[in-house]
Amino acid sequence: MPKLTFNVDLCKGCGLCVSACPKKLLVIAKDKINKKGHSPAEITDQSQCIGCAFCATMCPDCVITVEK
Amino acid sequence: MAKVLMKGNEAIAEAAIRAGCRHYFGYPITPQTEVAAYMAKRMPKIGGTFLQAESEISAINMVYGVSSAGLRVMTSSSSPGVSLKQEGISYLAGSDLPALIVNVQRGGPGLGGIQPSQSDYFQATKGGGHGDYHLIVLAPASVQEMADLTVKAFDLADKYRMPAMLLADGTMGQMMEPVELPEECAHSVDKPWALTGTQGKREHNIINSLYLVPEQLEEKNLERYERYKTVERDEVMYEEYMLDDADVCVVAFGIAARVSKNAITAARAKGIKAGLIRPITLYPFPKDIIRKTAENVKGFVSVELSMGQMIDDIRLAEECKKPVTLCSRVGGMIPSPEEVLKAIEDMEGGKF
Amino acid sequence: MAVVFKKPEALTDAPLHYCPGCTHGIIHRLVAEAIDDLGILGRTVGVAPVGCAVMAYDYFSCDMVEAAHGRAPAVATGLKRARPENIVFTYQGDGDLASIGMAETVHAATRNENITVIFVNNAIYGMTGGQMAPTSLPGQVTQTSPYGRDVKTVGYPIKVCELLSALDAPYYIERVAVNNVKNVMNAKKAIRKAFENQVEGKGFSLIEVVSSCPTNWGMTPEKALKWVETDMIPYYPLGVYRDKSKEAE
Repeated sequence: MPKLTFNVDLCKGCGLCVSACPKKLLVIAKDKINKKGHSPAEITDQSQCIGCAFCATMCPDCVITVEK
Repeated sequence: MAKVLMKGNEAIAEAAIRAGCRHYFGYPITPQTEVAAYMAKRMPKIGGTFLQAESEISAINMVYGVSSAGLRVMTSSSSPGVSLKQEGISYLAGSDLPALIVNVQRGGPGLGGIQPSQSDYFQATKGGGHGDYHLIVLAPASVQEMADLTVKAFDLADKYRMPAMLLADGTMGQMMEPVELPEECAHSVDKPWALTGTQGKREHNIINSLYLVPEQLEEKNLERYERYKTVERDEVMYEEYMLDDADVCVVAFGIAARVSKNAITAARAKGIKAGLIRPITLYPFPKDIIRKTAENVKGFVSVELSMGQMIDDIRLAEECKKPVTLCSRVGGMIPSPEEVLKAIEDMEGGKF
Repeated sequence: MAVVFKKPEALTDAPLHYCPGCTHGIIHRLVAEAIDDLGILGRTVGVAPVGCAVMAYDYFSCDMVEAAHGRAPAVATGLKRARPENIVFTYQGDGDLASIGMAETVHAATRNENITVIFVNNAIYGMTGGQMAPTSLPGQVTQTSPYGRDVKTVGYPIKVCELLSALDAPYYIERVAVNNVKNVMNAKKAIRKAFENQVEGKGFSLIEVVSSCPTNWGMTPEKALKWVETDMIPYYPLGVYRDKSKEAE
């Protein structure tokens, strides 16, 4: 099963990964806040991830590492 | 070594090559174009780079690139072109990069003329571009010195990690004299800061003049001025001529110093004890000898091809203890020995 | 499990200072991936511009130099002539490359200088807070064109790829975009090719990357990428404008 790891404190909550995910698995976690003061992106259901890395491709801040 | 007859501009070029400079970037402008023409002939034959840049601005930035890579590099121009280079010179100074900039001065301001001048003295010695900085400024007064001081300029630039300027003028550039060229030798200075590629063996080097944290920028400026203090202490060069018993001290550099020597000989023939201090380094300025001389002379005559620029530094050096007068011609004119003699006589007679 | 996507070695660990959703981060990564892929990190030297990417020297782990505004191609020329074995790239924005640095750009191109130029076109001056760029679109509202860019008084945007491809010399010129996954993948290929060309000694390669500035355009990052598609790309068509390897065939 593919695995996404988020370097949460680098995330600026821009949401480009959210709109890139073909399975609509990513959200901006409005109830959380990282060290920079942004609400970071996170994955809702890891088991549904296909490991396409579209999210990481569109992320401007190298937040996401993808393993498969 | 045998002497050869050379034009001043060509002596600069050949001396630079012998000092290990293999990269030259320039843009045509009278009266220094012979430097570029000489480099264009020689560099391809010795595996060097001659490149006629699209502008003076590009030329100085190419210099910035080669210097960043850790190699000896130079550009040359004349007054209007040197104004264009000031942005790049400020960046060189701000990034602590060595380089040689040659200014074969012509009259100004604006497009001015193509005849000799010394009116870029302020620009050369007080910084020239934006920010707090100095260049090492060397003023040759013969074709021999055009060659010798070129080598010296490269050495000092490398030693202190600062740009150096050879401040010549149209006469020096165009004049032909016998010259003994310096021996070719390996000038290898360790430059661990240079951009050679990390080769996977070290952290990346960064060459930069941007410091957004004011404390850091202040620190960089203070560090640079500490280095300038060492330059001012250790690198002053000047020539004394008949100074020991002098009542009147002429101060002049470059072509003005040559004219002044004739005037001093004429003054001595008339029984007036005149002497000369010829600054060879304009920055650092020979302050100490001028201060010391002030104790023994009636006054100073500053002979310049400008409306009076170096005269300010003379007054600061002698702390306004003795009068200083100006003997100058501008616009491409050179003071005659008679004009300088008259200024010496007026000083001797207290008529100023 | 194998890592299929992670931060490239040619980027340092320094967090990027760019605004949320700014595509500079994507383009930095694509450059770094090309350097990693070609195994040239140890001999690459980058030239940072003046503009938003001014601090690129902190982000790339190769040797870096900061150039004066617009002068990066001249500085790169010096670096490359000094050490031809090194791989030299510039990273420049639209104001830097197409306004104040146009002479340096055109002449480096016409010398077919063996360097790689990454040109980021987001149609605005970002660092100074959103002024009109040489590539701002007709009618585009910026701080210094508050009523929209009036082409009758300030002229038309400069199309850099079209302009440079009028020269005989340059080896490779391509315009790409980073507004969606497909275009980012294409941009990656183009940037890699631009570095490969230099490794092979082919000469001047310029990749124009049409990108976004959500902050100064006053849009969300997602909407800004939409605007790239609906407004920028129609004015700046993507594609290869010069490929001398094809001409030789």
